[in-house]
Amino acid sequence: MNALNSIPISYYLMFCSMLFCIGVIGVLIKRNALVILMSVELMINSINLLLAAFSAYSNDPAGQIFVFFIMVVAAAEVAIGLAIIVLIYKTTHSIDIDVLNKLKW
Amino acid sequence: MFSNYIFYFLSALALYSAVMVLLSKKPIHSVLYLTLTFFAIGGHYILLNAQFLAIVHIIVYAGAIMVLFLFTVMLLNLNKDERSPKPIWVKAAAIIAGVMLGLVLIAVFRGYDLHLEQHPMESQIGLVKELGRVLYKDYMLPFEVSSILFLTAMVGAVLLGKKEQL
Repeated sequence: MNALNSIPISYYLMFCSMLFCIGVIGVLIKRNALVILMSVELMINSINLLLAAFSAYSNDPAGQIFVFFIMVVAAAEVAIGLAIIVLIYKTTHSIDIDVLNKLKW
Repeated sequence: MFSNYIFYFLSALALYSAVMVLLSKKPIHSVLYLTLTFFAIGGHYILLNAQFLAIVHIIVYAGAIMVLFLFTVMLLNLNKDERSPKPIWVKAAAIIAGVMLGLVLIAVFRGYDLHLEQHPMESQIGLVKELGRVLYKDYMLPFEVSSILFLTAMVGAVLLGKKEQL
């Protein structure tokens, strides 16, 4: 069961572009900081899948190693981001990003 | 071909649940739809014969990151609607901008093709043996640096989550 014979790489490009754009739209239209973090995860995942696809198509393992490192950084980012969201909720009792204009001064 | 249908099914599932992440009113439904997206992308990795990445993806994303999101949603009792959704013109502008970005990307990538150097069925690069060899031979230093990054992230998360004021 291997997709490489029949599916051109442009299908992966299309699919990952659409997933990335859904993530961008999510960052733009949502006010909940948690959902914004989820949209960022969506974008990271589309990039990961594209890197893995190019790595498999060009027969180079370096791309999959890069995907591995991106996953490491994404896990660290989510841990810190959620800790910051919990802290924001403790101080302002909301994770609405429009409430977070206290950092201006 | 059979794998074509699997590709279309997984892509449709991932796109549908990604859209539903944004359309869900409650954050916990968004988290569950995001988990479905991650499983679909894990299926894509298996389809690409990247077995190590598929396992790591399922463990890290569906196992660790989703549990973190669910704990945050449940512990903070955030499971309610957005209090003040953005005005409709902001949403319309955002959706138009995102769709435009997608159209530009698709127009750029349309017709691009990569010529295979080797018959893909013989490719072993996604297996644990080959990836481990490359990881510990060529990418030793980034691997160690990423462990330091993890340690820093752990210390930072504990520090931020402490009860008393800093």
